Amino acid sequence: MVEVKNLTKRYGNTTVVDNISFSVDNGEILGFLGPNGAGKSTTMNMITGYISSSSGTVTVNGAEVLDNPKKVKSNIGYLPEIPPLYVEMTVRKYLEFMFDLKKVKLPKKEHISEVMRLVKITDVSERIIKHLSKGYRQRVGFAQALLGNPPILILDEPTVGLDPQQIIEIRTLIRSLGKKHTVIFSSHVLSEVSATCDRIIVISNGKIVADEKTENLSSSISGEQKLRLDIEGSSSTVLDALKIIPGVIKIRKQHDTGNNTARYLIEYKNDVDIRRDVFRSIANAGCVILDMQSGNETLEDSFLKLVSQDQTKDITGGKR
Amino acid sequence: MGAILKRELGSYFNSAIAYIVMAVFFGFAGYFFVMTCFISNTSSLSYTYSNIFVIIIFLTPIISMKTFSEEKRQRTDQALFTSPSNLFEIVLGKFLGAFILYGICCLIFFVFGLVIQMFTPANWPVIICTNIGLLLLGGALIAIDVFISALTESQVIAAVVGMAVGVMTYMLSSLVSMTSSSVPWLSNAINAVSFTNYYQNFTYGILDLTGVIFFLSVIALFIFFTIRVFEKKRWS
Repeated sequence: MVEVKNLTKRYGNTTVVDNISFSVDNGEILGFLGPNGAGKSTTMNMITGYISSSSGTVTVNGAEVLDNPKKVKSNIGYLPEIPPLYVEMTVRKYLEFMFDLKKVKLPKKEHISEVMRLVKITDVSERIIKHLSKGYRQRVGFAQALLGNPPILILDEPTVGLDPQQIIEIRTLIRSLGKKHTVIFSSHVLSEVSATCDRIIVISNGKIVADEKTENLSSSISGEQKLRLDIEGSSSTVLDALKIIPGVIKIRKQHDTGNNTARYLIEYKNDVDIRRDVFRSIANAGCVILDMQSGNETLEDSFLKLVSQDQTKDITGGKR
Repeated sequence: MGAILKRELGSYFNSAIAYIVMAVFFGFAGYFFVMTCFISNTSSLSYTYSNIFVIIIFLTPIISMKTFSEEKRQRTDQALFTSPSNLFEIVLGKFLGAFILYGICCLIFFVFGLVIQMFTPANWPVIICTNIGLLLLGGALIAIDVFISALTESQVIAAVVGMAVGVMTYMLSSLVSMTSSSVPWLSNAINAVSFTNYYQNFTYGILDLTGVIFFLSVIALFIFFTIRVFEKKRWS
């Protein structure tokens, strides 16, 4: 269990992390989302005790990071943004060193082999890290964080620079780790966080702008549902047919797409599903639906909305 | 600490660093040995010992320059400082790694002793005593160089500044003669921190307690300073 209370980091007059509070329960996978430079890495560095906070506390399994750093640090496995690899060592030698450095009490050889198997680096165990590809290096960094089976894993942008195949592998790995560990991981890629996390914290300019269960995040921001339609038929007929459907709030014709076809956007109430009504009504009016998409705001939209809201506040005199 | 020390020694001996440092040290020490003992036909190693000071000034920064600067550049310091090992262990491990490599270099003087032994009985107590002085002198310089390395991300800067500091400690004694008549208190003060003065006593075969304490204090002080550098960095 990780508890962050009123955490703040200032460098001179710049506030990088501004009074953030949240807690992560055991076995939860928390996504830390924000644009580059939002303060994600700084927050993680404070949780892991690499840098100290200007004010506020971080409590990990009952121990405060500045009062009892040893206990906190032995409870956390940390993969920083740039994996801390000694590139002149072989993978096995490196993991043996990290094992000793972390003062892990498990049987050394077996544990290292087990971790290497888990992140699939057994076949490169005797190779020098310098010669490994980015994907393998990232996994060696991962292995390092897993040594000693720490109950909490903190991963700073673990998938940056990997190819799609590797990203999927790492995601699957994080998912499987989430069963046994508490995982906090950061990213600026939304699809990644939504695919992996139970809960998402969106951070922008050092402040938390949203803290929601993944499935709630987009609907909680948008308020109403949207439907996007490509319909063949004259605009007036289509608009008339749509208007009579109960639950519809607003209909907007976006643009003509040629061949007597146009794209429409319908906003409707959260608690009804109007798709069947739309289909029947349009069919009755003698028009044809070519494409219907549940235009429920994507996570990407809500993220941008959140972040830009925060920035406009800044421009209009909000405190940084 | 054991983990760090082991890795440090590994990084010296699994690369060319240790062997080049040793080769250079042995080469110059051998040269001084031949020039002072063979050519001048003496069994005293004291000239060899005092000449080697100059080489140590340049070699200790080379040994220590990477200790922390390289960690910072590669971002591996994040692994060190987020591990349950505390700062003292980390800094001491780094210091000892460099110091052990240096200590191995100093063993060459026992070889010189054995060479002398072949011709005439060598003065072993003096050799042992001087070697202690040599180790202490090098230890103090390494502690300073590790501290300098902790201040920068660049190995080159760490080496150059380390050498400058070394040369300065070497030149302090000449400042003494310049200031002794005009500003006596200054020359006294300089004398009290002059590495060459303390070291010179050892080369005469005197196990000088003030010298031992002086060098040990310098080592302790700069290890402490190094720890403070990282503590300050975390807090600022």
